[in-house]
Amino acid sequence: MADFLQQVVAGLASGGVYALLALALVLIHRATGIINFAQGEMAMFSTYILWTLTVNHGWPYWPAFAFTLAASFVGGAGVYHVVIRPNSASSVLRVVIVTIGLLIFVNGLAQFIWTGEVRAVESPFPSGTVDIGGVVIAWSNVGTIAVSIGIVVLLWLFFQFTKVGLAMRAAAVNPAEARLVGVRVTHMLGLGWGLAAILGAVAGMLTAPSLFLDPTMMQATLIYAFAAAVLGGIDSPVGAVVGGLTLGVLLNVLSWLSQYGLFDWFTEELRLPTALLIILGVLLVKPSGIFGRTEVKRV
Amino acid sequence: MSGRARRLGVPIAAFVTLAALALLLPAFVSDFRAQQFAYVSIYLIALLGLNVLTGYTGQISLGHGAFMAIGGYTTAILMADHGVKDVWTIPVAALVAGLAGFLFGIPALRLSGLYLALATFAVAVALPGLIKRFAGFTGGGQGINLFGTDELTASLTPVTVLGQELSFNNWLYYLSTSIALVLYVVAWLLLRGRTGRALRSVRDSETAAVSFGVSLARYKTLAFGVSAAYAGVAGSLFAIATTFVNPDTFPIALSIFLLVGVVVGGLGSLVGMIAGAVFIHFMQTQWAQDAESVIPDWLPFLGDLDTDSPGAPALVFGGVLIALMFVLPDGVAGLLQRLWKAFARVRS
Repeated sequence: MADFLQQVVAGLASGGVYALLALALVLIHRATGIINFAQGEMAMFSTYILWTLTVNHGWPYWPAFAFTLAASFVGGAGVYHVVIRPNSASSVLRVVIVTIGLLIFVNGLAQFIWTGEVRAVESPFPSGTVDIGGVVIAWSNVGTIAVSIGIVVLLWLFFQFTKVGLAMRAAAVNPAEARLVGVRVTHMLGLGWGLAAILGAVAGMLTAPSLFLDPTMMQATLIYAFAAAVLGGIDSPVGAVVGGLTLGVLLNVLSWLSQYGLFDWFTEELRLPTALLIILGVLLVKPSGIFGRTEVKRV
Repeated sequence: MSGRARRLGVPIAAFVTLAALALLLPAFVSDFRAQQFAYVSIYLIALLGLNVLTGYTGQISLGHGAFMAIGGYTTAILMADHGVKDVWTIPVAALVAGLAGFLFGIPALRLSGLYLALATFAVAVALPGLIKRFAGFTGGGQGINLFGTDELTASLTPVTVLGQELSFNNWLYYLSTSIALVLYVVAWLLLRGRTGRALRSVRDSETAAVSFGVSLARYKTLAFGVSAAYAGVAGSLFAIATTFVNPDTFPIALSIFLLVGVVVGGLGSLVGMIAGAVFIHFMQTQWAQDAESVIPDWLPFLGDLDTDSPGAPALVFGGVLIALMFVLPDGVAGLLQRLWKAFARVRS
């Protein structure tokens, strides 16, 4: 039983990372109605900023962390204003291609600056374990879960209790009417892209100590985040978090059970296909996800 | 000349000229170039198919590489395990992939827009893992080698066709280009009449299409089937051209490049697909690597870009792709159309 709970906690930690990136996807989808295929690469790029600051410039971890968040925010908002907004008036497909172009570009840029070499990123959390009622949990897992939850709560407070948060929600729900009551919609959407980039950056920095940093680091995570977002409902922030955590726990528990002969078809190389099977399954059974609302189409 | 004849005259004349030029090409270029253009023809076939689905029916697929993989593996398995000559595997590959596409089209009916893009993306990403898992059938990560087998035409000794001795690359070029030309005409015939109108109405407004009596289920699954069959042919030729298949022959990048090719060429244009095919082949293999010699030195940052350094080709590719969406929002076909209109205005 303790063994099982340990797996669940480890699953929650990786799930927290999926949840953060899924939340970034949801934020952008709600605000601009598109899926940012470059979200993972942007997160990877942010993590390189942290690595450069801590390793090359000798910054302590948390100041570097804060600076990376600020840089990611500027970068995310900049991406929106420079390449997304000018294209967003036309078809969805064009914006999809732009984000794919961005994916290729950012990946190339990271390789260009930092080469493809694998880098170790330090963990901000102590390396030991903590024993809670017989369940042994790594501090890094505790830290990852705490930071993920903290960020989600902060974000919720921001959207619920600040004027800017309200304006952003208004801009996302009904841009035309928001504009009429004086909300500067494009600024709000830019803010949304910036916040999404911050979420991605946190996901990248939390996952880097265990995955190691290289330009492909976030590609699989992005797909898990897609699965999480679809599972929870691509328009629902709560859904993204629940979806991410569920996915993390599910995958971990499956691979744990497969050691005991249960679900023995489940091998490491099937982690990704399983996540994708979830995407397909959810899309086919209930495309709006667990927490999403179905949209009614008007002629 | 009657209106109808004039409307058809220009495109037919243009097509015949193009076909003649295409078939004469190997006489003027090196063996290596012929091989490159063979790949362009293969991509053209896949793009024509994807355009039926995405450009004409409005269904985004980010997973067409998966249908190419089905075609490629059909060919490889038939050749390696069942001793079927390569050319005869092509129609089988078309059928198998087409059937797969048709079947995938049924659940996909429930999805549209970005949801469909994600679902197809999921399929393409999952495929290499699944191919590795079923190693007994597919050769697993090792793949299936076709080079030097009796089933592969012109593999070791040149082949004689219509009294002409052709090297492997030239044979490959003629094979894929003639198939591409035939499939181009087939797509044109399919799209110009009643079916094409129905598909376009699905793209423009599903609700309106239904109220005019167009069956969404019928036309969407048809579009999926046709477009997957095209991808199957392309995948089959791809396997023959590379003389080898393994899970990495059809990576997720391939699916993405196909969608890029369709958009760069111009959605809903058949001519544009030629430009799209040239773009995705040469961008991947050459232009991005050679960018150094093309980019002027005085440009800040890019001017001293060293394209031998890792990541530089991707940097150029991504940058060009984003820039293209700004400069040519409707693809090369949109540009041609604008030029044609300007020309017509000047003349009248």
